[in-house]
Amino acid sequence: MVRWIDHRLPIFTFMKHELNDYPTPRNLSYWWNFGSLAGIMLVIMIVTGIFLAMEYTPQVNDAFDSVERIRRDVNYGWLIQYLHMNGASFFFIVTYIHIFRGLYYGSYKEPRELLWMLGLVILLLMMATAFMGYVLPWGQMSFWGATVITNLFSAIPVVGQKIVTWLWGGFAVDNPTLNRFYALHYLLPFVIVGVVMLHLIALHQHGSNNPLGIDRKTPQDSIPFHPYYTIKDMFGLFAFLIVYAIFVFFMPDALGDPQNYIQANPLQTPPEIVPEWYFLPFYAILRSVPNILFIPSKLAGVLCLFGAIGILFFLPWLDTSRVRSARFRPIYKWVFWLLVIDVAVLGDCGAHRPEGWYIFAGRMATLYYFVHFLILMPLIGWFERPRPLPTSIATTVMKRSSGSLAAASPVGKS
Amino acid sequence: MATTAQPSPASAPAHEGETRRDFIQIAATALVGVGATIAAWPFIDSMNPARDTLAAGAPVDIDVSKIQPGQQIVVLWRSRPIFIMNRTPDELKRLQEAQDTSLLSDPDSKALQQPEYAKNWHRSIKPEYLVLVGICTHLGCIPIAKPDPGSVEPNWPGGYFCPCHGSKYDLAGRVFAGVPAPLNLPVPPHNFVSDKVIRVGENPPGSTFDLASVEQL
Repeated sequence: MVRWIDHRLPIFTFMKHELNDYPTPRNLSYWWNFGSLAGIMLVIMIVTGIFLAMEYTPQVNDAFDSVERIRRDVNYGWLIQYLHMNGASFFFIVTYIHIFRGLYYGSYKEPRELLWMLGLVILLLMMATAFMGYVLPWGQMSFWGATVITNLFSAIPVVGQKIVTWLWGGFAVDNPTLNRFYALHYLLPFVIVGVVMLHLIALHQHGSNNPLGIDRKTPQDSIPFHPYYTIKDMFGLFAFLIVYAIFVFFMPDALGDPQNYIQANPLQTPPEIVPEWYFLPFYAILRSVPNILFIPSKLAGVLCLFGAIGILFFLPWLDTSRVRSARFRPIYKWVFWLLVIDVAVLGDCGAHRPEGWYIFAGRMATLYYFVHFLILMPLIGWFERPRPLPTSIATTVMKRSSGSLAAASPVGKS
Repeated sequence: MATTAQPSPASAPAHEGETRRDFIQIAATALVGVGATIAAWPFIDSMNPARDTLAAGAPVDIDVSKIQPGQQIVVLWRSRPIFIMNRTPDELKRLQEAQDTSLLSDPDSKALQQPEYAKNWHRSIKPEYLVLVGICTHLGCIPIAKPDPGSVEPNWPGGYFCPCHGSKYDLAGRVFAGVPAPLNLPVPPHNFVSDKVIRVGENPPGSTFDLASVEQL
């Protein structure tokens, strides 16, 4: 039966080739788990989302109540809704770790530039999907978040206001906005699935990067994906699911804003508008930028917000070092951690009202973010003297394991 | 596999290893299967009626004192039309006449289409008050009340006529022979909480009739 189908539709050959035998560097660390975790989160979000869509009403008068009904009346609705709500946060956690792993080990460098850029497209789609999904419960933060973010486009000269009206489908965020956001929130995840496919095709062309950042040269450098990495991914998955479950079952609202449990009121803005945590660094950049020359602060903030991700598309060419892994780049290794701290500072600034110290910190952190990519990355590549690269993955792995054996043997003998 | 183990001592350890691996694989697969089933259940169950939907299906009280003899009202219960008719003595008399009951397919209500307390010639608790689920047993249309004799055809004794495919029922909801509908109209659980008020959806004390148990709704 399998052979009959495979002869006509080589799906089993394909799966064996790409999932079973697929040669993978033998030295991948647990930092390489987060790609598959992101894929699994995408599946969890789509499944929970489809079941939520069966109960949800995209109508301004009923949306809030329909979400409350899901929590209270629908069988296991509380579980599905909390899985979805916290799932968004955990999707971003694993994706951000995945991206920082790529930054540390130089996974964006030749020949993986398109793989990196497709990943950034997925990130942009995720951000759009998450934003529109957050509007659907129609709480206060939903409404005012939607108002603020759509108004970003009003900063565009000449046509800005027309674009905002077009996004709204009315004079303000209202029922037409909610309806189109619902339609797009349902659509975009499947677009993400499509781009993930391309991401995987690009990945399997040259295979995964690895902690050493050197290319595989001999068959000894690789091991088959199954069972070695299926098991490793499964182990990581269960560890991840435990953390996810702790949030879903014991602190489901820890990552959300209590304001969103108040129904949207177009006549009253909440005292503080804060986006979900995963947007805080970008929100800080938006608010920090002052007037730059002839560009007003509002437009400059929007440009920097989009530029913060846009700049990542040019990273493969901004980084002039030919060594991939930061393990062999003594200066970049530290600069990488400075960037991590910088993004954390931005996140903190995004969470607080722009007053006093936070204005200064936000501006400095925003400046540093761009300095990192536009100045430090090219300069370090030129001036840094990388440490010598190992000859092959296999020799490094074998040396490490024999080294630990040698260290253990005197104890064994004595 | 263990059953193909060879007596050669050299290969024995290898076969032991295989057996162990087989066991681990089966155990892991079984565990994943159980886990997947448990994980799937909340999603499947979420499509069952929600708590508020069930609450909306609670019994409803209907004041029947305003229904004049010969008049019918239709109320909605569990998204279904419920006919409540106050039948005149004339109409009740016709239900018992042999020239009419001989035309019926199940005159004695043998099929389980009503609770035990409505399994009688008038198919109700009090003879005059008829309570029916107004859904044709053929394909789910709503029959029209035609209580006047001769109003559908010359020998029409009065009853219900379904406009979709011409099914006919008498004024106790009993189906005529030779029409597409196979069964009598169902009688829902109901009781009298007072002389004036019928509670639809609740049995009289001591009865446990469930509407879902009828042969066809």
